[in-house]
Amino acid sequence: MFTQQDRKIRVLIAKPGLDGHDRGAKVVALALRDAGMEVIYTGLHQTVEQIVDAAIQEAADIIGLSIMSGAHLPICKNLIEMMKAEGMDDVHVAVGGVVPKQDIPELKEMGVSGVFPGGTPIDEIVSGISAMVQTNKAGNHE
Amino acid sequence: MGVAKYIKDEKDAVREVIYPSGIHVKPVYGPRDLEDAGFDYEKDLGDPGEYPFTRALHPGGYRSRAWTTRQYTGFGTPEETNKRFKWMISHGQTGLNVAFDLPTQMGFDSDHPRSLGEVGRVGMAVDSLRDFETAFRDIPLDRIGSGLTINAVACIMLAMYQAVAEKFGYAGEKIIATPQNDILKEMIGRGAWIFPVEDGVRLVGDCIEYSVKALPRCNPVSVCGYHIRESGATPAQEIACAFEIAKAYISNVTDRGIKPEDFVGRFSFNLNVYGNLWEQIAKFRAARKLWARMLREEYGVQEKKKLFLRGLFGGGGSGLTKEQPENNIIRGAYYGLAAALSGAQTTALCSFDEAYTIPTPRAALLSLRTLEILMEEVGLRDTVDPLAGSYFVETLTKQMEEKILEEMKQIQNIGGMVHAVSSGFIQRIMARQAYEYEKGIEKKEYIKVGRNKYTEGEEDQSDVELHKHNEEWVEKQIAGLVELRRVRNRREVSKALKFLKHTAQERKNVMPVLVECCRAYATVGEMADVFREVFGEWQEPSIF
Repeated sequence: MFTQQDRKIRVLIAKPGLDGHDRGAKVVALALRDAGMEVIYTGLHQTVEQIVDAAIQEAADIIGLSIMSGAHLPICKNLIEMMKAEGMDDVHVAVGGVVPKQDIPELKEMGVSGVFPGGTPIDEIVSGISAMVQTNKAGNHE
Repeated sequence: MGVAKYIKDEKDAVREVIYPSGIHVKPVYGPRDLEDAGFDYEKDLGDPGEYPFTRALHPGGYRSRAWTTRQYTGFGTPEETNKRFKWMISHGQTGLNVAFDLPTQMGFDSDHPRSLGEVGRVGMAVDSLRDFETAFRDIPLDRIGSGLTINAVACIMLAMYQAVAEKFGYAGEKIIATPQNDILKEMIGRGAWIFPVEDGVRLVGDCIEYSVKALPRCNPVSVCGYHIRESGATPAQEIACAFEIAKAYISNVTDRGIKPEDFVGRFSFNLNVYGNLWEQIAKFRAARKLWARMLREEYGVQEKKKLFLRGLFGGGGSGLTKEQPENNIIRGAYYGLAAALSGAQTTALCSFDEAYTIPTPRAALLSLRTLEILMEEVGLRDTVDPLAGSYFVETLTKQMEEKILEEMKQIQNIGGMVHAVSSGFIQRIMARQAYEYEKGIEKKEYIKVGRNKYTEGEEDQSDVELHKHNEEWVEKQIAGLVELRRVRNRREVSKALKFLKHTAQERKNVMPVLVECCRAYATVGEMADVFREVFGEWQEPSIF
């Protein structure tokens, strides 16, 4: 029988906005794939609408955003509002890139499940992403 | 240790050293090594200023002229950027290196929905000639050269630079602009591309062809190994990719019936300095030699000055760490040293706070001071190419030369750089190597102080002062744009844009008409939209 455990975790790695520095996004994509997850990479210059559409189409469990330009707050705010409007309550959002630690509480407040600033060890990202899927968004273990 | 693989025995003695480019380093070098490598002074080095320029482009090196310092600057509005330019110049900076915000780089006006949250953030916002009039006010454009760090719409910015210079009374023949204008590397690394590969390359060719005639002191393209290295390339691959990219642009221009001799002398390069000191020095010396030899032997270029590998050798951001950020000040100094020992003509450093923020004035000034200390205090202007003749450095330079040629061959074998980029071949290699490097860091195969050795836990994340992004500037920029659209001569704008569309459709050189568009105050977004309509947009190949 097909159970929750058998299904691979599906992660959509997305590069929102206009920034094109995608070394980090590609490294994380390869690491998550090596850890046995199903990884879909959107490519560059995605709008928030395109990311939400892709997440729905790909039935992603997690949207991983990679942002280097400093525009993480407005981008996450838009994305999460749009996800709410689409009723995507069970999809987690993780953010990586150049994120000053001062901004982390505000991101969490918005509903971002995990923040992995540049320099976070790969293992920590992999285990953080796995843990998210085990937990529903209210913070309870499923 | 360092950005090389070190294999040690149980007593912590180094048994083996392997550089990223694939070179095994011996414990000791002597005259035999030079003999084995077939080293020949005249053939491999030549005196400084003599072919093949391994030692230096000019006979006097830094004795005749110190390097040009060109820290990457620009943020917020053109007004703020103008202030920062003048401030950097007053502190001794000798050239400008203009940063544009992402909407400008991607050909969107500041009030476009896609620009939301990005206006003025990573560079200055430019919507029209009016913004250049503000940004370059009171800058002596015949003396201070400007690097314009923009690619997909570099042709628009070069046209705008000509237009603003004319407004301020400097003729096209007088101005010194270096638009980055390397679209192929954007497709490999930095990601600020818009149009399909062939159209992108043709626009680069347009800038080169036009500059030869109208802007003789401009360097219409700055071929970037820098960002390819940042994406995961080894030093040998960095140079190989840069040269293969340069060849793609050369062939676009020679297809128009122009001889290499007439334009390659204006090419410049933007190359990366971080990692192993010796590998960097050997890389630059080998690169100068290979470039000169390639131009002479393959392209028949004769005039000496046209064989120069000129450019900016800049301290790489990838060498810096987020942990213990002050350590980056020290790293920057060593990258500057490597650049100086390599005979860098122009240089710049990433600032210590760049893993956190756009450099603050304090951080940018520290980078500039680092470079000034190197030239003024430690003896780097004493003699030209001080490492020449070193058994190790000369052997390594010969080996780097071989490695670069091998990497170039790989790209040629799959059909050249345009194909290597369109098919995702290069991007796939870079992503895989970047991932392997990260794994190597985590397994401590490579050591970064503060990141995977000598760490201090929580203390490592120090509080750096953040560059302030000012929302008022954004409002001001947008208000200015709205005002411009109201007051400009609409008929002239639409006439110019229509002519631009026609020219683009005919695949003719767009530069003269872009200058007309800029003079009429057409916006960057309007001009880029014409190209979007005619050329379409690039679809990235999937690399996973």
